Amino acid sequence: MATLIDLVQTPVRELNQALHAPEATSWRILNPRGAHAVACGIREDLAVDIEGHVGYYCAGMNQRATVTVHGNAGTGVGENMMSGTVRVHGNASQSAGATARGGLLVIDGDASARCGISMKGVDIVVGGNVGHMSAFMGQAGRLVVCGDAGDALGDSLYEARIYVRGTVKSLGADCVEKEMWPEHLAELAELLKAAERDEDPADFRRYGSARELYHFKVDNTTVY
Amino acid sequence: MEPASHGLRESATFDRATIHAIQRAAETGTYDIRGWGAKRKLPHFDDLLLLGASMSRYPLEGYRERCDTDVVLGARHAKHPLCLATPVTIAGMSFGALSAQAKEALGRGASEVGTSTTTGDGGMTPEERGHSKHIVYQYLPSRYGMNPDDLRAADAIEVVLGQGAKPGGGGMLLGQKITERVAGMRTLPIGIDQRSACRHPDWTGPDDLAIKILELREITDWEKPIYVKVGATRTYYDVKLAVHAGADVVVVDGMQGGTAATQDVFVEHVGIPTLAALPQAVRALQELGVHREVQLVVSGGIRGGADMAKALALGADAVAIGTAALIALGDNHPKYDAQYRELGSAAGYFDDYQDGRDPAGISTQDEELAARLDPVEAGRRLANFLRVMTMEAQTLARACGKAHLLHLEPEDLVALTIESAAMARVPLAGTNWIPGEGL
Repeated sequence: MATLIDLVQTPVRELNQALHAPEATSWRILNPRGAHAVACGIREDLAVDIEGHVGYYCAGMNQRATVTVHGNAGTGVGENMMSGTVRVHGNASQSAGATARGGLLVIDGDASARCGISMKGVDIVVGGNVGHMSAFMGQAGRLVVCGDAGDALGDSLYEARIYVRGTVKSLGADCVEKEMWPEHLAELAELLKAAERDEDPADFRRYGSARELYHFKVDNTTVY
Repeated sequence: MEPASHGLRESATFDRATIHAIQRAAETGTYDIRGWGAKRKLPHFDDLLLLGASMSRYPLEGYRERCDTDVVLGARHAKHPLCLATPVTIAGMSFGALSAQAKEALGRGASEVGTSTTTGDGGMTPEERGHSKHIVYQYLPSRYGMNPDDLRAADAIEVVLGQGAKPGGGGMLLGQKITERVAGMRTLPIGIDQRSACRHPDWTGPDDLAIKILELREITDWEKPIYVKVGATRTYYDVKLAVHAGADVVVVDGMQGGTAATQDVFVEHVGIPTLAALPQAVRALQELGVHREVQLVVSGGIRGGADMAKALALGADAVAIGTAALIALGDNHPKYDAQYRELGSAAGYFDDYQDGRDPAGISTQDEELAARLDPVEAGRRLANFLRVMTMEAQTLARACGKAHLLHLEPEDLVALTIESAAMARVPLAGTNWIPGEGL
């Protein structure tokens, strides 16, 4: 039986305080009504279900918990998450999973601009489309886009790997399409399975860094 | 032959440094990246003087009467504000830019005198946390090494929007300093020329910053003071916006503030001097009715107790030092002069912090060079310097009749130049004239 918290009656401060020293492992949050910083900074292996739309930074810096948003999420959902799972059944605003270091972020709908910006190890699976500058300066981790990607995908990419099933409007600086090898198909299949998706890995294309901008060279000045 | 003695005349416009810069650019095809801060002559605290007490003011006895130095930072919203023994702190400098030994020494020196040190781009190392009684954790656009456990382990959080050496610019760490440990902390390939972002990845503008600060407070259960650091440019507006966003402490870093690696053109041509920024920041806080409630920390070219006393008199609650702290550790020491010369520099001139070959073992990741710096000995030197700074400031404050450093006030100051009078909003010495006032 989940512990019920109704954000109409309980301030977000009290909710987060309770989640930081939890006396239960299963939580159900009602009426988030776009509140910011809901369920951020959790350290324990909790199951947190949020019934509605959330504002900025939901599940920010998450460690170990499984946070599910039964609605849409504002800017920076799962930002800098370290581990655990964050799932948004609706759409996510910009900078979803920004700088996140671990765990799995699943967005069943679309994600706006800069999805996975500066990602540092997280796995992100987006059921729909992603906006421009997604995976900008992505350092590590995997971004899977089951729909289309907007402009400048993977701009200034480091070692993050990107898989896109649909079209890519344009690639950013130093991001190139790469051959899909069996190991990539295998890891993609695992990611889709973890995200409970049924797309065929063979329908995706892989993108990564050309590693041409890893050192300052005068020849690169026209690229930036 | 000394050219000037033969009537040869050097161009003021094309001086030797300028000619060399043009020649260097023509040869290499790229801009100069270096450490240190702005080297050009700027209006600074040297252009102000303190008015000691005489008939109309009552001085304090130098060796008998107390002049307190303690300061509390961040009590506006935080459950646990920082209580420092002296209003001089150590500015943010990264492990990566500096060796682990240097970071440890900064922590040791600061802790010995009861003040704080600050992390930098690249995260918190166990060495600096372990040796720092008070540590401020920088929250930077790159978020290198950022994790919530370190956030909770810190004593305060500093959201960095910019630094005085390069307002509007992101960080750099060249490949020679991206060792295995540095790369691991930053999740980057070893040996690459690392670029740090210049904007935060998940917020833009002051309204978003307010929500970001809310998130940081929620994650740390409202325990930690939240600082907001800006490079000095449109300081009046930036400080107002930082306060509206919820900052407990605002840090303003003037253009003399140091860097480990930035384009020379950026360091010398972007931002405003510390002296020009400080009064703007104070005015913004006063207009909002939060001066002294939201503390103001000022950095950028602070070199000793006189600078500190004058900054406090203008309304700062504390100052922060970076370059001066490195010099106290041993940077640019004459004993390394021959080795600086081998690198094309000299003691007193060395600014190649980006290069990673620092003979003093401070701005390097080379294990052999870094081992030259004894963190205990260097920490002791820094503690000595911080004590001297504090004693110098106390000496000046007592002379002005102040029983606490924070009792110093603008009325205790006059300016030596019209420029500094206009910037600092204090009268030109011997007059009642503040340029721009009464017009």
